[in-house]
Amino acid sequence: MSFWRKVYAITRKDVLAELRTKETVSAVLVFTLLVIVIFNFAFGTQRDIIEKVASGMLWVTFAFAGVLSLNRAFVMEKEEGCLEGLMVAPVPREVIYVGKMLSSLIFMFLVEAIALPIFAFLFNLNVLTWQNVAVVLLATTGFVAVGTLFSALAVNTKAREMVLPILFFPIVSPVIIFAVQGSDLALSGAPWGSLFSVMQFLIIFDVIFLVISYLIFSFVVEE
Amino acid sequence: MKRYILLAFTSILMLVSLWMVFVWVPTEKVMGIVQRIFYLMVPVGWLALLSFLIVFIGSILYLINKQTRWDVLARSSAEIGIVCTTLALTTGSIWAKPIWGVWWTWEARLTATLVLWLIYLAYFMVREFAGEESRGARFAAIIGITGFVDIPIVVLATTFWRGMHPPPLVFEGGLAPQMMVTLMVSIAAFTALYFLLLVLRISLRNSEIDIKQLKGTDY
Repeated sequence: MSFWRKVYAITRKDVLAELRTKETVSAVLVFTLLVIVIFNFAFGTQRDIIEKVASGMLWVTFAFAGVLSLNRAFVMEKEEGCLEGLMVAPVPREVIYVGKMLSSLIFMFLVEAIALPIFAFLFNLNVLTWQNVAVVLLATTGFVAVGTLFSALAVNTKAREMVLPILFFPIVSPVIIFAVQGSDLALSGAPWGSLFSVMQFLIIFDVIFLVISYLIFSFVVEE
Repeated sequence: MKRYILLAFTSILMLVSLWMVFVWVPTEKVMGIVQRIFYLMVPVGWLALLSFLIVFIGSILYLINKQTRWDVLARSSAEIGIVCTTLALTTGSIWAKPIWGVWWTWEARLTATLVLWLIYLAYFMVREFAGEESRGARFAAIIGITGFVDIPIVVLATTFWRGMHPPPLVFEGGLAPQMMVTLMVSIAAFTALYFLLLVLRISLRNSEIDIKQLKGTDY
């Protein structure tokens, strides 16, 4: 089998498991909704305040939701003993990384695809523009690229759920900075031209994080 | 024996740099006496970066060779690094108060330093959480590598985001010659101190490992 066939097999397995249980996506969605409601308590309903904090709200929500769903990515494998199965499968470790990364990415995109209209609906915000969607896609890719690496690491530690955010938020902070900036611009109706530099940086970060994670993933899971 | 030579060398250099900082170098015109913190803050900031470079190299070598000595090197260096980062943040804060009027601002380089500090805090926490010592070393090495690669990215992101910190005068030749010389001597003194501390920490760590082995607990 070629590299991508093997990757497809792992991603397909995750998507199938998720389709049967619907655990991760539904839990993360409910969590997202709760965060949005809490933001409403925190910032009130004044239009100017909401507009100022909108992109921050969006990214705090996605960052926390992302950690939640990334935590599940490997905990599930560990609990059912599937991780050992994956380890002994005749595939390079990099394939496991790419496969898991893609399935986590699919789940995140799914959550975001449902959460963005909810945001637009509840706060009357213009988050469903092509510009904002592009920012969300790029930033989520970088986020998940690092997240998958650290999720595999955190699952082998004592306090799994606590370890992931501690390790991973500082590393991924540049992506969050640019995501907030990009969404802020997009929400204020900026044209593509003014988003160019933000997009450029996000793409560079995505590539760097993907390459680094790809290269060192095999050291995380070996034992 | 070598260690004592290094100790003597560091002490002399340190005394010279103290004399230069407090007696020889003229007081800065605008900021006054506070500006002398500069000769402490810049060297510790430099050491923070240097030590994390050593962590990065040690981590790569450890992942490739799995030899404990590389982990000992990386870990010892990280300990000095996090102390230096803390010192840079603290001295910077003390300097910022009289000049900017606040202890802390969310300015680019300060934010980047804080993120750096958090990354290396994670470096130590992951060892505690890993359970087994060799696994902790491996996980810490992962953080050591990604963390170091992340430094320029964090700096880039925060600079793009906002900047108020004065640009590094040192590279633009905007520093009076006497100040420049003092700064260079300070940096040299602190770099010597770094290597002295590193040597001491490594030998201490090696003794700890020896004792653990004698007691029969695994490393």
